[in-house]
Amino acid sequence: MAKVKLMDVAIARSGDKGDGSNVGIKANTPEIYQYLVENLSIARVKQHFSEICFGDIQRYELPNLQALNFILEDSLGGGGTETLIMDAQGKVHGLALLHMEMDIPDALLTGQTK
Amino acid sequence: MSTDKKILIANGQGFWGDSLLGPLRLVKEGPLNYLTLDYLAEVTMSIMQRQKERNPDAGYATDFVDMLREILPTCKEKGIKVIANAGGVNPKGCRNAIQAVVKELGLTGVKVGIVEGDDILEQLPELIKSGESFKNLDNGDALDTVLSRLSSANVYIGAKPIADALAQGADIVITGRATDPSLVLAPLIYEFGWSMEDYDKLAAGTVMGHILECGPQCTGGNYNDWRNVPNFARIGYPIAEASADGSFVITKHDGTGGLVNVDTVTSQLLYELGDPKNYLGPDCTSDFTTIRLAEDGKDRVRVSGIKGSAPTPTYKVSMSYANGYKIVGQLTYTGPDAIEKAQLGAEILFERVGMYGKEIPEQDRFVELFGTNVCYKGIVKQPEEPAEVMLRVGAKSDDKALLNILGRELAPLITSGPVGVTGFAAGRPRPAEIVGYWPALIDKNKVTTTVLVEEV
Repeated sequence: MAKVKLMDVAIARSGDKGDGSNVGIKANTPEIYQYLVENLSIARVKQHFSEICFGDIQRYELPNLQALNFILEDSLGGGGTETLIMDAQGKVHGLALLHMEMDIPDALLTGQTK
Repeated sequence: MSTDKKILIANGQGFWGDSLLGPLRLVKEGPLNYLTLDYLAEVTMSIMQRQKERNPDAGYATDFVDMLREILPTCKEKGIKVIANAGGVNPKGCRNAIQAVVKELGLTGVKVGIVEGDDILEQLPELIKSGESFKNLDNGDALDTVLSRLSSANVYIGAKPIADALAQGADIVITGRATDPSLVLAPLIYEFGWSMEDYDKLAAGTVMGHILECGPQCTGGNYNDWRNVPNFARIGYPIAEASADGSFVITKHDGTGGLVNVDTVTSQLLYELGDPKNYLGPDCTSDFTTIRLAEDGKDRVRVSGIKGSAPTPTYKVSMSYANGYKIVGQLTYTGPDAIEKAQLGAEILFERVGMYGKEIPEQDRFVELFGTNVCYKGIVKQPEEPAEVMLRVGAKSDDKALLNILGRELAPLITSGPVGVTGFAAGRPRPAEIVGYWPALIDKNKVTTTVLVEEV
């Protein structure tokens, strides 16, 4: 088991959806994808974004792309044209998720991280 | 039609305000059949509606016409067709401006097609009478709450009328509010003769549109592995090499910068995505969990396998309304005690605004100390005592004069507040109108689009 930042095993992109944002995360390998399916839960993401996202979170699986898509409701301080916050469109929510540390089994990491 | 016919479709404008170099280089630096360009953000229509109220000839994307002046001779020479949602709330006005450019350049035989029928602002009373509720798609609120403040109402139309304009010989097609993917799907329908019931193919064209719609965001822009992206300055805008069976390759012109691989394309597929199995569009519902990606040589990614299904019986409608004003200004505080001083600065500011006779209520005030992890709040450890922070301070209000007072009182903090303040170079902030966004649905049967193609 090793403490790994998601940015070492995945890539991500985010954007705005109304007063919320979407964060898509793509695992670097099928093994890491399976690990994220099992461990990157809505509760885990909610906890990570506890000071950014104040609404519900949805999670969708895209096994064909080795990706998960999260919708973070109420995460833009009002959203769209209303908000005054710096990251008004959730542009960096993707990188924010990649800062998460997870305990990933070594077997999944051998030669797998970038 | 030969089965190995390939059509090259590019997107040269990912958003209103994108680089002029995109379209210029796309038409000059390699082969191309169609150049698509997106000019309309959600709030753009209300700005254009206001321009049209002041001047009946205005209300379209003037940037597009200026750009066209630069590329039209090359497009004419190489037979590149241009499709843009640059018509805003006045596609006819846009057409007239294009006509002037064509004359100015001394070109002849240029056919311009316009697609209209998306603008339903004037028909709203009768549409409401006929049973359309236009409830807010996000929160279910009734339209009554904003009806008197509406400034625009446009239907997101699909690819068919654009394909019809191409079939009538248009070299340039101008629409109002069409979905971004429709601009890309339309030439496929026209070139390959796809049926509007062939949902797998329509979904393939829609996915292609989604990949292309933010320009270089699929060719290495905004990509995590940025150190390995060559030559950002000359990044290639994306091109789809489309086949009649619905499969396609995402690529870019030879010799351009940037990078196309499975990861850059996947990143863009995930951008602004909702439920991947139900990507709703005017012409079909696309299933993003069926997309297959494979690398197909350097800077080439093959996209295939896409499944679609019948569209919903409704179109999405985008409305905008006046929703008060906002203001935000900035000052930089340096240490020691940068955070404490910036916070005090904001308190002084709000108290002084109140001394003019009217308080800004607590819940309408905004204070953000940039440099204290505002973008990664609660995620990255906050530095104990940053050497500098930027105070971003402002408010929302229906009272524009009150916000103007706040704007005026910001700079005086430099000489009449705590020490260590700088960075007022941006000047006095001004209140800006908040354009509220109101998404809704409309029965497709109640929307009629028209196509007009003329030589200009």
